Amino acid sequence: MMNQPILSVRNLTVNVDNTPILKGVNLEINAGEIHAIMGRNGSGKSTFSKVLTGHPEYEVTGGEVIYKGENLLEKEPEERALAGIFLAFQYPLEIPGVSNLDFLRVAYNARCKYLKLEELDAFDFEDLVEEKLDIVKMDSAFLARSLNEGFSGGEKKRNEILQMALLEPTLGILDEIDSGLDIDALRIVSEGVNKLRKPDNAFLLITHYQRLLDYITPDFVHVMYQGKIVMSGDKDLALELEKKGYDFLEEENLVAN
Amino acid sequence: MTMLKSDTYSQDLLQLTENQTLDFNSNLASLVKEIRVKSANNVVKLNIPSDKDEDWRFTDLSDLQKQNWCLANKTDLNSFVLDGFILEEASHSRLVFVNGFYAANLSDISALSDENIYVGNLSNLDEDKIGKISEYLSKNEPKNEVFTALNSAGITDAFVIWVKANTKIVTPIHLLHLTARENFSCFTQPRILVVAEAHSNLNFIEYYGAVASGCSDSVKQNYYLTNAVTEIHLQDNAEIHHTRIQRESGDCFHIAKTTAFQDKNSHYTINEVSLGGKFYRHNLHIQQQGEETQTNLNGLTMLQGKQMGDTHSEVSLTKPHGTINQLHKFIIDDSGRGVFNGKIHVPKLAQLTNATQLNRNLLLSSKARINTKPELQITADNVKCAHGATISQLEADEIFYLRSRGLNEYDARHLLMDAFAAEIIDKIPYESLKHRLTQCVTCRTLE
Ligand SMILES: Nc1ncnc2c1ncn2[C@@H]1O[C@H](COP(=O)(O)OP(=O)(O)OP(=O)(O)O)[C@@H](O)[C@H]1O
Ligand SMILES: [Mg+2]
Repeated sequence: MMNQPILSVRNLTVNVDNTPILKGVNLEINAGEIHAIMGRNGSGKSTFSKVLTGHPEYEVTGGEVIYKGENLLEKEPEERALAGIFLAFQYPLEIPGVSNLDFLRVAYNARCKYLKLEELDAFDFEDLVEEKLDIVKMDSAFLARSLNEGFSGGEKKRNEILQMALLEPTLGILDEIDSGLDIDALRIVSEGVNKLRKPDNAFLLITHYQRLLDYITPDFVHVMYQGKIVMSGDKDLALELEKKGYDFLEEENLVAN
Repeated sequence: MTMLKSDTYSQDLLQLTENQTLDFNSNLASLVKEIRVKSANNVVKLNIPSDKDEDWRFTDLSDLQKQNWCLANKTDLNSFVLDGFILEEASHSRLVFVNGFYAANLSDISALSDENIYVGNLSNLDEDKIGKISEYLSKNEPKNEVFTALNSAGITDAFVIWVKANTKIVTPIHLLHLTARENFSCFTQPRILVVAEAHSNLNFIEYYGAVASGCSDSVKQNYYLTNAVTEIHLQDNAEIHHTRIQRESGDCFHIAKTTAFQDKNSHYTINEVSLGGKFYRHNLHIQQQGEETQTNLNGLTMLQGKQMGDTHSEVSLTKPHGTINQLHKFIIDDSGRGVFNGKIHVPKLAQLTNATQLNRNLLLSSKARINTKPELQITADNVKCAHGATISQLEADEIFYLRSRGLNEYDARHLLMDAFAAEIIDKIPYESLKHRLTQCVTCRTLE
């Protein structure tokens, strides 16, 4: 189908431990677009990103998510990843004992296998990684270390983007990729993301701050409030939020109720 | 064949060793005989431990006592049996015993021609060292350990590494004990003696395996019993790096005692990896004899099926400024049972001791069991001692992280398991062995 959206979320409701967290999320993302979700702490942004990637802790109680024409919610997390969904985690895990390089290769080759492409041996893979390291200006010394173990906050974030650069997702979800980054790193990571933009992929940025959006210009900005997207606009909405904060939502919410 | 009776079981085992021939020159023969007699006198006073003995509470020997053991015979093997055992790093520094007997045709110590090093069997030991052997062989042996006493009562030969003062050998020394199975339940008693004189430095691999075709985990043949004793002496400022691999067949009872005597300022490191066997019990004892000793005890025990694995370690300090780092890990699947007991005695005399002990366990099935007991006995007041034990399943969040990158659940679980094991395996300084062990871990976790 031509012009089919990459992602289409309708009335998505989600519980954690029987507590409703997402209360009817609607969102549509088309190829080539960049969307940003902003919103208060605890409003459900990370929950939304983890539901999209299939975290087993979250229980979908209603609604639907269609990814490239298929029901995403019935797929296993790895099937979603192989189909091109990538989440750069807000808090990337440290996994001692798993070498970063080995992990990257296993992940890369899993995708090659899925796409019926030739898998790379350790040698060829290192060449590829060297190339991708440049995108996030990361030192190759990080490859020999255990996955994220002892990495600084910013180093973990760069490592997430490195993984994204290798896996070339169709939908990249970046959960607060800007948190913990110094000024230069923010620019480098943002430029990295911009380099990965293509007409047939899309990005969903979760952020609290305009400064990320100064580098990566969003086509749409959404505000999540108490488990719903309550407002959407263009890039100017982010500037407005930066000025006004979120208090006005409270007032409107009171009116609505 | 008559059944061995439980109340005289240890004596019956002892009897098996009574008629062994000793191939020693007269000086050595009289020394060894003295040890044999003294130890035999201990054995007759001891029973095989039962669950009433505190140190064997969770470690059941009743299956062992159902067997009618006979001593394994001297067997000549063709060198092709070594195929799976030769280590690249030690291809010309290897000493091989088969069924407890020195196998000259399988051994190759051509890389160790230094006159300051003796690597060979006890029978061939040079005259000047024989004079000193009584200071080292069967030293301070506890009177209450029936298996240790049995081994000493049955000494016929031993692996010996003896490094003279101020000598450093970089070449790893590979001590390989193989069991070639008989058509009866056979019993071997390997013995190792390592002497590192003052300011010397050496590293060795102690490896136990069985001659078998294919992966040796499956129980195909008669049971066998390996009752090993290893004594390691580190004089002042000596340094030893010890790797101990238990990769016996699935039909093996492996019981072992390792003692390291550490003089002033000596450094002893052991990396113990236990992958095989039906039953494994290792008593690891460190006796500090001087100040400022450093001791690193690392261990990995993998259990599956109905395997039983038990490491009892004991560090006895008597002098100040000792440092001990201990990390022992278990990975237990199916109905495997693990036991870890880590004693550290820090009496008043051992001020300024710095000890950490950690036992981490990964249980992969609901039937897997671990009994863990750190035992720090501290009466000194100015010491740093920390200990802990963790028991975990694989972390759901870690599995999810890996799956979100496209690994299936199965691969994700095994990557994490390998990583858990790698923390210990990576401490082993031999690439080829590390590689082989990693493969073993992966293969065994893929069932
Ligand atoms: N696993 C969980 N168990 C219990 N509560 C959870 C869990 N995950 C999320 N929540 C709750 O759901 C709500 C939304 O959390 P979420 O992490 O999605 O917020 P967020 O919008 O990403 O916030 P932030 O901006 O601080 O990152 C919070 O109240 C949080 O405590
Ligand atoms: Mg969040």
